[in-house]
Amino acid sequence: MAERSFAKEVEKLRLGAGEEFSGEGILAITKALLQCGVGYVGGYQGAPISHLMDVLADAQDILGELGVHFEASASEATATAMLAASVHYPIRGAATFKSTVGTNVASDALANLASGGVTGGALIIVGEDYGEGSSIMQERSHAFAMKSQVWLLDPRPNLPSIVKAVEEGFELSEISNTPVMLQVRIRCCHVHGHFIAKDNKRPAMTVADALDAPRRDTGRIVLPPASFLHEKEKVQKRWPAAVDFIRNNKINEFFGPEHGSVGIVMQGGMYNSVIRALQRLGLADTYGATDVPLYVLNAVYPLIDDEFLSFCEGKDAVLVVEEGQPNYIEQAFAAMLHKAGRGTKLVGKEHLPMAGEYTGQVMLDGIGSFLRATIPHLLPSEVRAPNKIGDGLDTADLINVVPGRPPGFCVGCPERPIFAATKLVEQELGKHHIASDIGCHLFSIMPPFELGATTMGYGLGPASASAFNSPDAKRRSISFVGDGGFWHNGLTSSVGNAVFNKNDGVIVIVDNFYSAATGGQDILSSRAGNKTKSTKHPITEAVKGMGVKWLRHIDRTYDVTKMQDTLREALTTDEKGPKVIVASSECMLNRQRREKPLVDKAIKGGERVLKPKFGVDEDICTGDHACMRLSGCPSLSVKSLDDPLRDDPVAHIDQSCVGCGNCGEVADAAVLCPSFYRADVVHNPSRWDRFLEAARRATIGFLQRRRESRRLTFADA
Amino acid sequence: MLDAVPSSRSKAGALEDERVIKLAVLAVGGQGGGVLADWITDVAERNGYVAQSTSVAGVAQRTGATIYYVEMCRDTGRLPVFALSPSQGDVDILIAAELMEAGRAIIRGFVTPERTTLIASSHRIAAVSEKIEPGDGRASSPKVHATAEAAAKRFIAFDMEKIAADNGSMISASLLGALAGSDALPFTRESYEQAVSAGGRGVKASLAAFGAAFDRARGITNTPPLGEKAAEPKAIETGATAKVSGPENLLKGWQDLAARVAALPLPLRDMSLRGLKKVVDYQDIAYGGEYLDRLDRAVILDKADHDYALSISAAKHLANAMCYDDMIRVADLKTRSTRDKRVRREVGVKDGSILQVTEYFHPRIEEFCGTLPSGLGSYIEARPKLAAFLDRRINHGRRIRTDSFAGFTALWFIGGLRRWRRRLLRHKVETAHLERWYALALGYVPKDYALATEILNCRRLIKGYSDTHVRARSKFDRVLSALDLLKGRTDTADWIRRLREMALKDEKGDMLDGALKTVATLGDGAGSPN
Repeated sequence: MAERSFAKEVEKLRLGAGEEFSGEGILAITKALLQCGVGYVGGYQGAPISHLMDVLADAQDILGELGVHFEASASEATATAMLAASVHYPIRGAATFKSTVGTNVASDALANLASGGVTGGALIIVGEDYGEGSSIMQERSHAFAMKSQVWLLDPRPNLPSIVKAVEEGFELSEISNTPVMLQVRIRCCHVHGHFIAKDNKRPAMTVADALDAPRRDTGRIVLPPASFLHEKEKVQKRWPAAVDFIRNNKINEFFGPEHGSVGIVMQGGMYNSVIRALQRLGLADTYGATDVPLYVLNAVYPLIDDEFLSFCEGKDAVLVVEEGQPNYIEQAFAAMLHKAGRGTKLVGKEHLPMAGEYTGQVMLDGIGSFLRATIPHLLPSEVRAPNKIGDGLDTADLINVVPGRPPGFCVGCPERPIFAATKLVEQELGKHHIASDIGCHLFSIMPPFELGATTMGYGLGPASASAFNSPDAKRRSISFVGDGGFWHNGLTSSVGNAVFNKNDGVIVIVDNFYSAATGGQDILSSRAGNKTKSTKHPITEAVKGMGVKWLRHIDRTYDVTKMQDTLREALTTDEKGPKVIVASSECMLNRQRREKPLVDKAIKGGERVLKPKFGVDEDICTGDHACMRLSGCPSLSVKSLDDPLRDDPVAHIDQSCVGCGNCGEVADAAVLCPSFYRADVVHNPSRWDRFLEAARRATIGFLQRRRESRRLTFADA
Repeated sequence: MLDAVPSSRSKAGALEDERVIKLAVLAVGGQGGGVLADWITDVAERNGYVAQSTSVAGVAQRTGATIYYVEMCRDTGRLPVFALSPSQGDVDILIAAELMEAGRAIIRGFVTPERTTLIASSHRIAAVSEKIEPGDGRASSPKVHATAEAAAKRFIAFDMEKIAADNGSMISASLLGALAGSDALPFTRESYEQAVSAGGRGVKASLAAFGAAFDRARGITNTPPLGEKAAEPKAIETGATAKVSGPENLLKGWQDLAARVAALPLPLRDMSLRGLKKVVDYQDIAYGGEYLDRLDRAVILDKADHDYALSISAAKHLANAMCYDDMIRVADLKTRSTRDKRVRREVGVKDGSILQVTEYFHPRIEEFCGTLPSGLGSYIEARPKLAAFLDRRINHGRRIRTDSFAGFTALWFIGGLRRWRRRLLRHKVETAHLERWYALALGYVPKDYALATEILNCRRLIKGYSDTHVRARSKFDRVLSALDLLKGRTDTADWIRRLREMALKDEKGDMLDGALKTVATLGDGAGSPN
């Protein structure tokens, strides 16, 4: 069950011709796929594309009605390999994943797919995660398009444009027998907008049709001599076909006046930011009407020489707005101008930063700088010679005040106790080399845990510790991998590798029943029933199957003491080979989503329900915050007491507490302090509960009154 | 950096250009910023505007700082080109769902004096970095308030989280109310309420929170308050009004003690009365007498020209030192009827429901010995093998149900050991430590009044239980170890204060050790009297 349900929104996928669709970018792409008669779709979750996978998962009824097959692929490589269905059959297929992390994984399949080429349209929708808020290394998908010779679309970030790009992408793919990548940036995926829908189309050929009438063509298989021919075909046939299609269908757009001494070329995805900068410079209106000629590359690869050269005709200077590095587009255009012997000056990274996101300010500064250098006379006087009014605002002090707020573990997260236990074990046995992995558990590198030295890729935590395997070492390495990463790649690349190479390290598999970091999608070991997928395959069985001998399973990670004991044992046992600990507890975010409505309903229905919450006795807490250095739970925070005798704020647990028990367990395992208590409220108590309660209250009340009658009691104590 | 002109551009002959309104929401993940952005988009569309909202959803659930961004303009039938993220100096309305997020918005340049209406909830959600300091690591709210006043065209701040909670709703509803009440958008209150109602879930509570925040924003528009916490008058209570109940003879004893406090110089009466209450509550009337006797030792050395800073520190830290945290104290506090009432109130136990309370204890041999008569306790501690043997039996996590008869009685019994506390090992240890520290501090009074006060204040370092307590003691000793190094300097008091502040910065005292190294290199520098 995914973090967000699109059950309501997917009804929009049924809209017919002429009706207005209103919603998120991601949903618009799904609708566009159905309008194009797609035959099968698959992919792997990960922001910003997770919601596309969630939408598809929630839309299975609609997909089924149309005869569209949906696959929740095991990895991006799987998703891309799936597009092999379009190699011999005229079926349109689409795969989607996060880029560039996913594109890296998919790279092998992508290269093979691109070599043989496709008959049916094959579209790879990549969610480009570059810039602010990104959680991955900063690279460009562009390089993949170039090296595999697949075409890359980068449409303007509005719903009509991305829907059009999906349609054109399929046609382009079919005409040039080449897979097409469609790149959408993160905010574009989540943008709320409108477009006019068309009717959904059933695929002309379904996968069932194909299975009933198999085809093969050795010319399309990547094997010599065919593979040598593919390399030539790419440049001789497919490239020209693509260039013709892009030119003839006017996929790239021109805005602004036909003539001008300067112009701006940009990736389609940059268009809105360029217009905003021009608006702020007084050179464009709200609707994008502008005084500066613009050439918008909705297709960024391949580039169309004559289109570009004709844009440069009569221009003294052209600015290329290309986010990220290396500046492939700028280099290509520079070569075109040079070879054509043109005098137009081409600039790009001189005015705009070589690396990093092109935010509003960067764009304003860069384009402003370009225009002031080239056409200052066209700029409003305020821009040309600004009267800089010193506002006297000094935010330097504030930078030291405002705390950083990186994302962290959620309230009640079952992964926190695993890292609390690791921290405690390190207090006993000393520091260890810790390899981290992609997933929520990577938040362990942040305070308060500050554990983990590297992260090398999804499912590659233990693999990245594989060099640290030495008979001379006195300490073992510890590596983490999540259940998502484990099934994605970790089973073979990390666990299998450790078994085969007799790695002596400790591997902790963090099992929270979902691919939690990407939004709580089900995976093989998920314990929930899933109508369309096969779940409940234990990780422990897979690990055993791989040949791991030393295996421990902790089925309640909140037991910090047990977690600590198990880790200690793993780090100190004489047993050879990898020591694998599977630490399982359900993702609390998902669990709450699942259980909360049920509990509320049960309470309303008069059933006996026990609801836990934790609390802190503020007069026992001394304000040292040792608990917070081992927890980091958002519901455990600090609170000032209205008592001049106390200098430091005390611990406090707010209403968001879900009663997971981590606070108490940590206080116990680390021998912290006795100020934590768990308060269980019994809703709708039974008669026996009530009887017992009355008896207890009477005796306890008696003892309390007795003592309190013999001492002074202060009203505010 | 280049300055921008306003984005609306109208040239002779061109169509009237529509102004785009730009609104950003800075929230902490999990606060419902997405709901708020959806409501705002809906309100705009209801009022004949075209609107576009975007977000970076990756961290939205996971307590990181998150931005939602909405642009809107009047619908003229033409499609505007909206940006997908806010730009520096180009935001009309900025909503911060937490005070430090307002600070972050200012740092990022999203708040400008010429145009930005800044609507911020003044409550705090402490970041991890603020929580993990052993002292008070929280960021300064007044600083953000002061900068916001200068940075924004209008600054509307009040505790919207509290308004939401009071109305059983989420902060998104009260933020929307504040936005509506600010009149920063040209939309009617009714259209906002329609958007909330259309949401369908928890409508009544949302509308209540919306309404309360709306009124509050209207009331205070243009007169932003100071940090609400700071604006409150400090509750000062003197002996006359303190409510005390108990048997006659004890009340008589209390009145005598209270009379002694009343005879003290005015500036230190409040602190000493609080201290007195704490120690009497901790032990008994006689202990209160001991407290005042000790305090008098400071008072006779003190002078009015220092505003009695020494005695006030003594009143505060003596009370804390005398009320050391032992098993008896914990058991006593956990078995009081007032505690039971407080837990019920905090958890919100409704009629008809039953409360069960589980306490988490983890006693070690040290705590056990501390609760034995001093002779016996010292005997065991002097024999490591015996101590280790006993520790193996004692040192376990124990969960005790204080709502059950057995669990309660056990703690009630331990709490009752109070009567014999003075004879127990822990008391002996603590008292000796207290006396050493107190005598050390008072010894400096004639020579260096400020230093004496700072030494008293170092008591703040001692806190926690078990290992934490041991670590705290070690920090305390390390800070005071600098006294020798600083001998003869005129700025010793400043250094001790600095060292104490360093000691509260991190767990192990790494910052403190660094500072101590600096102290060791000082020699007879500028601060020396010669």
